[in-house]
Amino acid sequence: MSKEIEQGQASAEAEAATDNSNTPSPLVAALQRQNPEWVGEVIEAFNEVTVIVPRAKVVEVCSFLKTAPGLEFNMLADLCGVDRGPEEEPRFEVNYHLFSTTKYHRMRLKVLLNDEDTHVETVTTVWRTANWHERETFDLMGIIFDGHPDLRRILLPEDWEGHALRKDFPLRGYEPYSLT
Amino acid sequence: MSTTLPPQFEVIDRPLDTQMTISFGPQHPSTHGVLRLELILDGEMLVKATPDIGYLHTGMEKLFEYKKWQQGIVITDRMDYLNPLGNNLAYVMAVEKLLGIEIPERAQTIRVLMCELQRIASHLVWLGTHALDIGAMTVFFYCFREREKILNLIEAASGGRLTPSYFRIGGLMMDLPAGFERRCKQFTDDFLAALQEFHTLLTGNKIFQRRTQGIGYISAEDAIDWGLTGPSLRGSGVEIDVRRTNPYTSYETYDFEIPTEQSGDVWGRYMVRMREMKESHKISVQALSRLKPGSIKADAPKVVLPDREAMKTHMDALIHHFLIVAEGFDVPAGEIYHPIEGSKGELGCYIKSNGGPKPARVHFRGPSFVNLSALPLMAEGEMVADVVAIIGSIDIVLGEIDR
Repeated sequence: MSKEIEQGQASAEAEAATDNSNTPSPLVAALQRQNPEWVGEVIEAFNEVTVIVPRAKVVEVCSFLKTAPGLEFNMLADLCGVDRGPEEEPRFEVNYHLFSTTKYHRMRLKVLLNDEDTHVETVTTVWRTANWHERETFDLMGIIFDGHPDLRRILLPEDWEGHALRKDFPLRGYEPYSLT
Repeated sequence: MSTTLPPQFEVIDRPLDTQMTISFGPQHPSTHGVLRLELILDGEMLVKATPDIGYLHTGMEKLFEYKKWQQGIVITDRMDYLNPLGNNLAYVMAVEKLLGIEIPERAQTIRVLMCELQRIASHLVWLGTHALDIGAMTVFFYCFREREKILNLIEAASGGRLTPSYFRIGGLMMDLPAGFERRCKQFTDDFLAALQEFHTLLTGNKIFQRRTQGIGYISAEDAIDWGLTGPSLRGSGVEIDVRRTNPYTSYETYDFEIPTEQSGDVWGRYMVRMREMKESHKISVQALSRLKPGSIKADAPKVVLPDREAMKTHMDALIHHFLIVAEGFDVPAGEIYHPIEGSKGELGCYIKSNGGPKPARVHFRGPSFVNLSALPLMAEGEMVADVVAIIGSIDIVLGEIDR
């Protein structure tokens, strides 16, 4: 079984090498074979693979990566939001760090979001561990995960205003916050 | 419960049809910090548990964005305050990867040695408090006696007991002091006997076994789905350790085993940590024997502070020192996720740099944060007294959860 996968990966690699001068990793090749629409930009740096995924496709891509033989990304190691700054367009990134407990490989998916529309579909349906990660990202970055079962603030109080990790949120807050 | 009890102690586990909501914590000593749980109880049976966190939130990830790269190290100490050297390592290695710096062998060996000592210290706090929660008070004193020896070693090397900040970008703060190896060897020589003492105190203890076996079960599939890592995952029989799957600081050259237990309950997680201390001891002994004289700082004058003597005698060293301290150094643009095996599980550090002397975003994947999110799954259906046993078994540190 594992030999077949290795051969499959090797052949995918060889295939990719023939039609593309800079070889994409077997993970990206597998994604591209399944559905070329899923793969936006591919960044390979520091031995890490990053794939920018269209916002509408993120759940499809994640389900495929979780179940496809040879990929088996059955664990979501981390999920975090990034604010590039209010003047940047698109402003927000959501990073999904995937890990496979059988193949030991890692990969990063990235979704880009505009300031006006910070919605992305939840991946709690794929990995349940995304629950708290998404709540944290919502709390601190203001990204709304559609379909999340319990999208409440997690670290800051319920009545907190604004999202503290955004670049336009001042380090010391707007006014002294009181718990009364 | 697995074994049959005498009739006068029989557990009545039928529902009483009256539900009660109680607030457990945030000042409860068994919550290991400031964790609050909202428990819905039916008699003594737990129907639903909802963790409420954030009491210790201090905005550390925000603070990183306002500090220079090298100033971020001291913030990491304060996240998981039982495993500060592990946090240092995750952050420092992520920055080093972005910079493309290679660390000399001696520095790597010292990093491994100190991290494994820290892992033992962290597990000792867990063991003492976990036993204390369950009612065995004596263990706590024995554990803290041993932990004190490790803290003294860390203090000798770095000057700090709980917040060492010993690892720096490009190497170490300073070399090990004279006599460190002898003191460390004395500790490693004595530790196995101490570990045997802990086993004598707890492992064969019938009360402890009854309180832990079959309690807080989580299956391997659920554990992976909920993102559990570290001893909590290995207690469910999944052999995953970042030191083995994605080796760093030459862990692949050390000989050690990854303990796993199939039972998936509090007892399984207990046994994994107990056996892990032995493995950590094994790695420290190997690291200690590998210590050879050499440099402890990478050859990167624009990033690593020069030696004091060089700074006083060489013009260029003085210039570099001034620039690093006054302006910081630039890290090339890019992003990185660097996972290490902390004492509680996969400790990941995500860093995004836009170039310049300060990071654009630093995010820590705290293992405690993720492990705690699976607590309701483990605790529901158990007795209320077992909740403290389960919290103890996943070994949370609130400083890391709330950040």
